[in-house]
Amino acid sequence: MIHRLIVENLKHRPVRTLLSAVAIGVQVTMILTLVGVSNGVLGDIAERSRGTGADVMVRPPGSSVLAFSGNMPQGVVGLVGKQPHVALATGTLVQSIGNFDSITGINLNEFNAMSGGLHYINGGPFTGPDDLIVDDTYANPHHLKSGDTLDLGLKWRVSGVVESGKLSHMFAPIESLQDKYSAREKVSMVYVKLDDRANTEAVMTALKARLEDYKIFSVDEFVSLISVDSIPILKRFTNVVIGLAVIVGFLVVFLSMYTAVLERTREIGILKALGASPGYIMSILLRETLVLAVAGAIAGILMSYGTRWIMKVFVPTMPMLIVYSWWPWAVIIALSGSLIGAIYPGLKASRQDAIEALAYD
Amino acid sequence: MIEIRDLKKTYRVGEVDVHALRGVNLSVAKGEFLSVVGPSGSGKSTLFHILGGLAPATSGSAKIDGRDLASMTDAERTDLRKAKVGFVFQKYNLLPTLSAADNIEIARDIAGKNGERDPQTDAQFEQILDLLGIKTRLHHKPRALSGGEQQRVAIARALVNSPALLLADEPTGNLDTENSTAVLTLLRDLNVRLGQTILMITHNPEAAAYGHRTVRMLDGRVVE
Repeated sequence: MIHRLIVENLKHRPVRTLLSAVAIGVQVTMILTLVGVSNGVLGDIAERSRGTGADVMVRPPGSSVLAFSGNMPQGVVGLVGKQPHVALATGTLVQSIGNFDSITGINLNEFNAMSGGLHYINGGPFTGPDDLIVDDTYANPHHLKSGDTLDLGLKWRVSGVVESGKLSHMFAPIESLQDKYSAREKVSMVYVKLDDRANTEAVMTALKARLEDYKIFSVDEFVSLISVDSIPILKRFTNVVIGLAVIVGFLVVFLSMYTAVLERTREIGILKALGASPGYIMSILLRETLVLAVAGAIAGILMSYGTRWIMKVFVPTMPMLIVYSWWPWAVIIALSGSLIGAIYPGLKASRQDAIEALAYD
Repeated sequence: MIEIRDLKKTYRVGEVDVHALRGVNLSVAKGEFLSVVGPSGSGKSTLFHILGGLAPATSGSAKIDGRDLASMTDAERTDLRKAKVGFVFQKYNLLPTLSAADNIEIARDIAGKNGERDPQTDAQFEQILDLLGIKTRLHHKPRALSGGEQQRVAIARALVNSPALLLADEPTGNLDTENSTAVLTLLRDLNVRLGQTILMITHNPEAAAYGHRTVRMLDGRVVE
């Protein structure tokens, strides 16, 4: 019976019910989008790192897992290349161009030798210092093809469009990038191909001895480090968004239920006259909130598919995954914020004086 | 059935004490239909609220079936409303989102009798519904019912848990003459056929005449 009353109450104010559920859904979508983008971008970075074909990576001293813009002298490339069991070492320079995008400067021949070569969809390799190779992830939404001019602060000519999955979305000749961005003789990363992967530990030990303070990872180790948990700022940001989501859920439900309690003052008085205990009244409000929160959570999960589509269309370089393992968490967070928001209105309703409530018009 | 001795109730309104009941003495026998009349402010509604367990008394005693309401806790008064007392209000006070049938059913749910079905009680309630003549209107929501029909649903709701006492506060106050007569006749029939004890508050002497006995209240006391 109580369930019928709850359903009828929710149906009685359909717009308020819909808006409350959608507002709770938005917080779920916020969480799932952040987690999805974090996992998607990090997964994309991991996949593209594997796509280089390298076995070992050398990064500048003081750099962190995802800080690609720290630089080191280009001479390090030569030093690394001379180590025993190193078949090939090539330096890259990463230059951020805003909007979460970056251009990676490469020595194309060395990179091809290491990665097995870029696969061209149209166009071909660099033919001049202003040439840029873009992958299809970047090219498709920007409608780029070889021969087009691309203004990224500096003007570039697209020499080719390649399949994605190797190192970067945009490649330029490393010397050219060093010149244009005042980073002569600097590289951000050295990728190392070994004669045999079995020698990885030995080479890393040797490199660590020669390059004290430099960050030296095997590619497998690097990929394993690319997770939300190993990036403190991302973890903190996720926690901030979860905190905001709980507050939003709390406020939405608080306002919605507070309004409902005021509006139903007389009905609460009737229930009390019939013998409803404070717990009975409270349980009506909490169950109603529970229904709203569950409906909101389902709406939020569905809306996260919408945000994934939006990201794919408008920000294709930031892929978003649907992270199913986060669904229960998002639902729990939505429920928590909502139920906390319902406590005060519920208490107000349950403590309502029956005589005053019955006199309410 | 009801024994009220020196019942007093004082409200605090702002910084002023309002003496709503100044020592009420009253006895109501089981199966009696008692009308309480009196002008506004005479204390009728306060007496109604105390007997219904909606408000505590300040002093004195009010016993229903031997249990003194004056010494009851809030929780005990809540239980009293579930089991011993049924209310009929002037404004019907049906839940607007529920159908007539659900308005009756929720009273049973609150009393914790939703799961248990006593054939004898159900048969008696069926008889009440027949008497009230609302069987064909039970699936309508209050907004689709006339005032008279709403009040009959409210009476059915008040009686669904077989209360010892039916408290009716101006039950015909919002009804036209025809519906007033119908509702008052129903209350008298319920009293005669089922032996239901009824305490009815009214301004209207004609309505009061439907009861076995009428008492008059003035300035917080029963005066005749």
